[in-house]
Amino acid sequence: MDSVLNQIGIENYIFLSVALFCIGVFGVLYRRNAIIVFMSIEIMLNAVNLLFVAFSTYHQDAQGQVFVFFSMAVAAAEVAVGLAILVAIFRNLGSIDVANLKNLKG
Amino acid sequence: MDINLALVLLLAPFLGFLANIFLGKSLGKNISGAIGTIAVVVSFAMSLFFFLQINQTGQPISIHLFDWIAISNFNIEFGFLLDQLSLLWLLFVTGIGSLIHLYSISYMHDDEKMHKFFAYLNLFVFFMITLVMGSNLLIMFIGWEGVGLCSYLLIGFWYKNQNYNDAAKKAFIMNRIGDLGFLVGIFIIGFMFNTLDFATLKATILAGNNLDAYWIAAAGLALFIGASGKSAQIPLYTWLPDAMAGPTPVSALIHAATMVTAGIFMITRLNFLFDLAPAIQDIIAVIGAITSLVAATIGLVQNDIKKVLAYSTVSQLGLMFLALGLGAYEIAVFHVITHAFFKACLFLGSGSVIHALHHEQDMRKMGGLRKAMPITFITMLISSLAISGIFPLSGFWSKDEILMTAYHQSPVLWVIGSLASILTAFYMFRLMYLTFFKEFRGSEEQKHHLHESPALLTFPLIVLAILAAIGGLISLPGHSWLNHYLEPLFSKAHEAHHLGTTEYMLMAIATVGALLGIGIAYAKYIKQAQVPEEDEKITGFSKVLYNKYYVDEVYEAIIVKPINLLSRFFRDYIETALASIVFGFGKAANELSFQGKKLQNGSIGFYLFAFVIGFCAIVSYLILAQKKF
Repeated sequence: MDSVLNQIGIENYIFLSVALFCIGVFGVLYRRNAIIVFMSIEIMLNAVNLLFVAFSTYHQDAQGQVFVFFSMAVAAAEVAVGLAILVAIFRNLGSIDVANLKNLKG
Repeated sequence: MDINLALVLLLAPFLGFLANIFLGKSLGKNISGAIGTIAVVVSFAMSLFFFLQINQTGQPISIHLFDWIAISNFNIEFGFLLDQLSLLWLLFVTGIGSLIHLYSISYMHDDEKMHKFFAYLNLFVFFMITLVMGSNLLIMFIGWEGVGLCSYLLIGFWYKNQNYNDAAKKAFIMNRIGDLGFLVGIFIIGFMFNTLDFATLKATILAGNNLDAYWIAAAGLALFIGASGKSAQIPLYTWLPDAMAGPTPVSALIHAATMVTAGIFMITRLNFLFDLAPAIQDIIAVIGAITSLVAATIGLVQNDIKKVLAYSTVSQLGLMFLALGLGAYEIAVFHVITHAFFKACLFLGSGSVIHALHHEQDMRKMGGLRKAMPITFITMLISSLAISGIFPLSGFWSKDEILMTAYHQSPVLWVIGSLASILTAFYMFRLMYLTFFKEFRGSEEQKHHLHESPALLTFPLIVLAILAAIGGLISLPGHSWLNHYLEPLFSKAHEAHHLGTTEYMLMAIATVGALLGIGIAYAKYIKQAQVPEEDEKITGFSKVLYNKYYVDEVYEAIIVKPINLLSRFFRDYIETALASIVFGFGKAANELSFQGKKLQNGSIGFYLFAFVIGFCAIVSYLILAQKKF
């Protein structure tokens, strides 16, 4: 089976995935807008998903792909909850700058 | 059948205790006293029943209730043994106990805590029965500790007086020292023979297996220390005179007639063991003789009527230990019994006097009571003659037997014992003369109220005086019922003294000695009409005697003070050091957490940063670690 994987090579998928993940990490670390932070987290999540799918094909094993479905479903749920929290925060503080969220220190 | 009756014998006083301690207050004084007395009388009746039975059959009754402690081949059963020795003890413990309970109904009638008094007395009788009936050393130890506890409770019965509390504590602590010795002795025996049961022990020892002389001597010494604590021998005797702080019936029952003879009971019980340790027997004899002399000399100058009797008790106990040390167990038992009669009578008599004088115990403020209190006077006179060893009263026979045995084995001990007896005669008649003769020296008001005690007080006195007079009948030389009765207990048969010239001479010497003591007392306190001086005026050797050779002060200096110093050292230095270590841990943790708290600053960016750094650190570590292998 001459798939896309063979043409591109597994290494490149790994590089892409790592690059995406790092972008996500830096996004989380450097951006202060909560929505951007949220997006960065999604990027990290999808970088991992990508790796899952790539290895799944590489090993000829469908388990990885099944797992990714679950992962995406959970991510969708998480996004719903996360956005709801952000809305609540915005209503309270009038801003979604994470630097302002210091009240959680307890 | 036997089991049930024996349980009744044992548990009747315990039920009396429960009834009095929980219901006594609501039942009222008379009923509370009656319950206490009846409980002991029931025990006495049972003891009498068993005694008559065993006197006929000669078969010991052993009662096995259940296995108490079983560890591989070491088995301790919970059982009781009713043999000749224990029944003899039971008879006079419950018999004299009944009389003293009866006496207490009247004596303690003005006390608001009378039900408590009877509860403690009943509990004491219960533990004493346990001690005597136990079929092995451990059950004996239960009773041993129990009577110590009751002694403590009763000495400190009038707990509002701090001196009495101190006396109670002193008695308890001194007893604890002895108890430790007893316990060590029990351990050694358990270790050597794998059993604590008296019957098995006797069989094993007589069979001559596993006998290591050193261990036997060690066990004997440890047990003797136990006995010397409970029975007030040198060096642990100082608690007994102080124990007179308790109500007088207590002094009569616990600190004269019964509990203090527990040590003698224990040594007699284990006579087969002590027979194998001659060195220990020598120690016992010597300590007994010295105790008897020392206590008698102190008794010469005491002015508190109960203190005189207390030192007399210590002295007589010394004589019993002398007999034990000489291997004459049945004579020691004989003296225990006669002593129980006349000393209980003397104590109750002194109680009657104290009662009449409204708690005056100083003999310098007595005198002339003969006319006002004839019954008390006559009964105490009989008992004094008995304790002095005047023919034919009970004390003559028992004391003479001890001295005869001593003469045959060691003349030095005989001299010491005889001296103690002469002194006994002197101080007893000093007590009698000062209390009952000449003019009354107390206040006018006391004189006005002088009266003979009520019948409840005098009845026990009369019974005990009769027993003190005729008690010698149980073991007359040449025809001794007691020796025959106790024969199965002893490994060696002891021959009765043949009445030869020597024996008659010894009897004559003893009688002359006793008369001499009485004569000196007569010359001093009747002819010259002396009255002991006030405390400050006592000088010279009498002062040393009056202050009891300063033994208490010496103990204070060499034992109590160093221990206090040591504990203060531990409190001030060791405890501080340990505390600073322990607190140091706390402080360090506190400091660390204070610093750590700063990490939680609420900035999400910082958290995430730390999270990523940590994650990278873990991943790099895992990668590096994997490379290594």
